[in-house]
Amino acid sequence: MSDSAPLTTDHPGQVAAATPPAPGRSRRLSDRGLAVAFTSPALLLLLAMSVFPLLWALYLSFTDYSATRGGPAQFIGLGNYTAILASEQVHLRALTTLIYVLGAVTLQTVLGFAIAYLISRRTHGRGLLTTLFLVPMMLSPVVVGLFWRFMLDAQFGVINSMLGSLGLGQVEWLTGQRTALISLILVDTWQWTPFIMLIALAGLTAVPKYLYEAASIDRASEWFRFRTITLPLVWPLLLIAVLFRAIEAFRLFDLVYILTSGGPGVSTETLSFHVYKVAFLGFNTGTASAYGILMVLVVIVLTQLYLRYLNKLKED
Amino acid sequence: MAVSVDEAVSTGPARDRTPPARRFGGRGRSVLEVALLTVLAVVMLFPVLWMIETSIKENRDVYAIPAKFFDFKVTMDHFKDVFAASGGGRSALSVSFLNSFVVAGASTALATVLGVPAAWAYSRFAVKAKKDQLFFILSTRFMPPVVVVIPIFLMYRQVGLIDTKLGLILIYAAFNVPFTIWMMKGFVDEVPAEYEDAAMLDGYTRLQAFWRFTLPLLLPGIAATAVFALIFSWNEFVFAIFLTSSDTVRTAPPAIAGLIGGTTVDWGLVAAASVVFALPVLVFAYLVRRHLIAGVTLGAVRR
Repeated sequence: MSDSAPLTTDHPGQVAAATPPAPGRSRRLSDRGLAVAFTSPALLLLLAMSVFPLLWALYLSFTDYSATRGGPAQFIGLGNYTAILASEQVHLRALTTLIYVLGAVTLQTVLGFAIAYLISRRTHGRGLLTTLFLVPMMLSPVVVGLFWRFMLDAQFGVINSMLGSLGLGQVEWLTGQRTALISLILVDTWQWTPFIMLIALAGLTAVPKYLYEAASIDRASEWFRFRTITLPLVWPLLLIAVLFRAIEAFRLFDLVYILTSGGPGVSTETLSFHVYKVAFLGFNTGTASAYGILMVLVVIVLTQLYLRYLNKLKED
Repeated sequence: MAVSVDEAVSTGPARDRTPPARRFGGRGRSVLEVALLTVLAVVMLFPVLWMIETSIKENRDVYAIPAKFFDFKVTMDHFKDVFAASGGGRSALSVSFLNSFVVAGASTALATVLGVPAAWAYSRFAVKAKKDQLFFILSTRFMPPVVVVIPIFLMYRQVGLIDTKLGLILIYAAFNVPFTIWMMKGFVDEVPAEYEDAAMLDGYTRLQAFWRFTLPLLLPGIAATAVFALIFSWNEFVFAIFLTSSDTVRTAPPAIAGLIGGTTVDWGLVAAASVVFALPVLVFAYLVRRHLIAGVTLGAVRR
């Protein structure tokens, strides 16, 4: 943290707050004071609401504390961590999460890029199209989860109704072991494809025209142009979008909670949802904390990768 | 410069001027593209339209098999139920909407008041370990909410912030501050520091220069940033459901989710509540469409 009393060291007799230095004189010092005064309230809030709770969770993760049982927490060292890392259950949840993240992010990247590409080729109605496509992204996960739950209802849901009128069979969207995870991926894709689309569209629009002009003089094929001009220029931005989505999908909780509550059985139970169950249904606060710390570590690694890539990108 | 949707809309890439497709008699191809776009747009928008339709349907049409697309009776009863309780007076849902307004508004105001000056300081001054501080600030935003909520829950229970609006306001502000700082830093970077230097040569202090010259230039940016913070707080669900329980404190997302708790679900009411709840967000989103990219990526991606 930055020190908050730089003024007193240089001017021993002066009280910082009472007599602010005149403009021009000791500007450096007043700047420094101002920087501290302006950044520390925000940092203090973050320390109180993010760092402190996290440190608390770190402490609890080494104990067998339970929020309902109360009583003093017993220090058990790395017990929680070894239990989690060795747990079959957790491995299964990790696999579910991996399938979900890979499935959803791949699907929305392909779709989002395709939509962006199609929109970028239009001259008319682009503004309207872009705005319309962005609607799902702005909605609350609760609203999205609820109305998909309604639409995917096996009995009176509109999706099955449409399948029925097309002469196709009914699908147990949210109640089948396999289909529930697919439904989750589909709904997440519906909500977040616009995100990829938005960023891909920005990339596509930023490709300089002269590159295409040069290519068309050389009579390059469309596919060649796409592969050698469009893709390389859009790729970095697209990758940022993908990383963002991967981090978000990894943390996903609300959609699972609303759409399937982890069911049927445990087929849609992601890591986040499992942490919730351990913490708020099993009340194994210590275990849940260790679990959470491990997840935070994963996110920090992902964030670091993301930022490193971002910095490299900015240098180019 | 931030890439905006408007820009993405107005200036087309070269392909539009020299369309290779047309050179090969690609009219059919263009038609195919339009058809594809239309199908995709319908798929993306259908759930929203279906929700709106459900919200104005009578109950027996809501549960009709096969689903009724056009031929149904229009009713506003569900919307009435969202706001008025069956026995008269205000419904629990409308109270939760009010709570959402209070919580989202207050947390946004707090995040803006704390975040904007900090963003200015990070942009203008050589702060010690600036990169580390900024990374730390960003990283708090990437934590899984369900993980953070456990210690926050214990902490709030200790200090008596459980089931209070203040508790929600504080945690939402803490989640919005990193975003505000990152996005505002981009806006501040675009205002030349020379303005402040010139003002200071005229005898203003640094603080006065910031207040009287830079801040007014930042107002559009502040407005855009605040709207994003507002949308986040408005839509937030995880903290809301774990940190509040009583009807008088609960915000709208957990209240709407609570509608599906029973054995039978009144989907008409759920639809109407969702529509009412989504309207402000769509208006807000429209207002900040120019800043969407910076907004949805925490301001980290600006070009």
